[in-house]
Amino acid sequence: MSIDRRHFLKIIGLAGASLAIGKSFGAESEKKGEVEFKAMLYDSSQCVGCQACEKACAAAHQLPEPKDEPKVGIIRKTSETQRSAINIFNTSKGEVFNKTQCMHCNEPACAAACLTQAMYKTKEGPVIWRGDKCMGCRYCMVSCPFDVPKFEYHSSNPIIQKCDLCYDRIIKGQIPSCAEACTAGAVIFGTRRGLIAEARKRIAKSPKDFYEDIYGENEAGGTSNLYLSSVPFNEVGFKTNLQNTSYPALSKGFLYTVPSVFVLLPPLLLGIHEATKNKPSNSEENE
Amino acid sequence: MNDQILPIGKDNDGKSIPKFLWSELKPRGKWLTPFNIISIPVICIGLVIIVIRFWKGLGAVTNLSQEVPWGLWIGFDVVTGVAFAGGAYVVTFMVYILNQQKYHSIVRVTVLNGFLAYVFYAGALLLDLGRPWNVINPIIGNNFGTSSVLFLVAWHFMLYMIAELIEFSPAIAEWLGARGARKILSGLTIGAVIFGITLSTLHQSGLGALYLMAKDKIHPLWYSEFIPILFLASSVFAGLSMVIFEGTISHKVFFDQISEKNHKAQEGIVHGLAKICAGAMFAYFFLQLLVFIHDKNWQYLNTPMGYWFLMEMIGFVILPMMLYFYSYRTNNQLLIRIAAILTMLGVILNRLNVTVIGFRWDAAVRYVPTIMEIVVTMTVIFIEIWVFRWIINRMPVLRESPEWAKKEN
Repeated sequence: MSIDRRHFLKIIGLAGASLAIGKSFGAESEKKGEVEFKAMLYDSSQCVGCQACEKACAAAHQLPEPKDEPKVGIIRKTSETQRSAINIFNTSKGEVFNKTQCMHCNEPACAAACLTQAMYKTKEGPVIWRGDKCMGCRYCMVSCPFDVPKFEYHSSNPIIQKCDLCYDRIIKGQIPSCAEACTAGAVIFGTRRGLIAEARKRIAKSPKDFYEDIYGENEAGGTSNLYLSSVPFNEVGFKTNLQNTSYPALSKGFLYTVPSVFVLLPPLLLGIHEATKNKPSNSEENE
Repeated sequence: MNDQILPIGKDNDGKSIPKFLWSELKPRGKWLTPFNIISIPVICIGLVIIVIRFWKGLGAVTNLSQEVPWGLWIGFDVVTGVAFAGGAYVVTFMVYILNQQKYHSIVRVTVLNGFLAYVFYAGALLLDLGRPWNVINPIIGNNFGTSSVLFLVAWHFMLYMIAELIEFSPAIAEWLGARGARKILSGLTIGAVIFGITLSTLHQSGLGALYLMAKDKIHPLWYSEFIPILFLASSVFAGLSMVIFEGTISHKVFFDQISEKNHKAQEGIVHGLAKICAGAMFAYFFLQLLVFIHDKNWQYLNTPMGYWFLMEMIGFVILPMMLYFYSYRTNNQLLIRIAAILTMLGVILNRLNVTVIGFRWDAAVRYVPTIMEIVVTMTVIFIEIWVFRWIINRMPVLRESPEWAKKEN
């Protein structure tokens, strides 16, 4: 088939038109197939520190029930036997609770780090760990800016323990066990978009009671676990110096150079090899 | 492998290959050398610790924690060990790509060193894996985690080991007397070299790129987006300093294996390598300086970590660089060796600063390796030296190739 000038322009014109209107088409079809990231919002102003969420979490994942209680001055960390932990902090506005577990980043560093995709960001939002793939290299732990994945150091068949946002329950249409157990309404489950709107609404409604930011909206490029607090988040034990762009972006530049090096370097080396090959040995003078 | 070579090889003083291999397996020479007296007990203890590690878990023998998941076994064995193995790609580049025939006599021993370093340090990686039975997953596609720098490094380790084995294989063929195989394998050398150099540039830098996502965990004086380039640049002089160091020892220990001609050539080789090291270190230092100024790190200098950084830069980069320059100008062989040792210490310091000392530098409880971790590290190194010695004593690595092989060249 030969393409004359007129025909060519026609195609270009059509392509241009379809590009211009394609946006609205695309958006519509995307919406149909799109699954919104699921998320959780923790509102510390509602939390009473009853640890019902911790206990429900332990029961749901066959882990030992936590025996210790939140206490000012002590930081209870998540561990290889505990996926979620409530702490209490003495802040500028009195005692405030906070809950820690996996943040379920939009672009998780752990999943980008994993060389077998054992750490995996599901399309529903939760970041899950798959034992049949994991080789236990712990690169996810090195990479996670929140130090979430925990490793069983005292096992010959160790697993990585972390919150999976009750992925098995979510795909069945249920809500995570901690959100279900929370009778105070401090942990609520929904879509990420919806919960950010809800959080904004709460801040706008009573700006005196809340710190202005939602933790997790932008941190590490955005996370599925979102936080409202009455005090700045560094007062309740959160890292506030994290970058607001995704962590995998940090190694993207390096990974993008790999194909170029693979394509360009061998012919260059071969070229130099050929160029220097037939000369008589003059190594003595060269060095 | 033996079966494959069996039909070709008929040159082992009339012995069949299995018989020949069996006779070669037996130890040679004196048993009670100082090295053996030190290394045998360490290896025995190390093997026991390794058994405990697989039986009771990593926590039983290491000080690793949830905050510091990578310790000495990764930071020293893998990251530092691979930097020292960089000599192989630099020397093969000089000999096969630039055709600097002057360095031809050290190619085999350098490639062997590099190959063994990769085998043993990748082996050390297996010790550190919590679920080593899944190590095959990124190779067989369960799954291909292509967004991971570690995926790249893992594949490169494997491919580079194969490339180096091909580069070294003519020596094995000469040892077995397999003329046909030698001819074929020699033909593969240039391809393996080009492939190997490409792989090396990528995974030497890749080892640094592993730490790019740990941005908030590494001290700012050692973290920068240029870690990959710094690691690549330093692998050049790390590898060559190792070549100088190893050559110095080999020429003493394996004195009788090395021909008169090569003994004489050694001085010129070391002299030439010193010049390259000096140049590479200058480039590296300049890069470090640029990174330092670019990142506006002045504020950290007047802190304990800042002094530590200055010590690394002045004592173990600038000083050995000047020594290399000076000893090259004056052709002072002893000074070159001192510069090589200082450089190697500097590379160890640098790699540990990024991976262990500067990692979680602000943590309340710092990671310090256990004695058991150190013993296992020494075990890995000692076993490597044992294998190295075994090969040197049998294959034409330092000594000349057999006459028939020379004729074919």
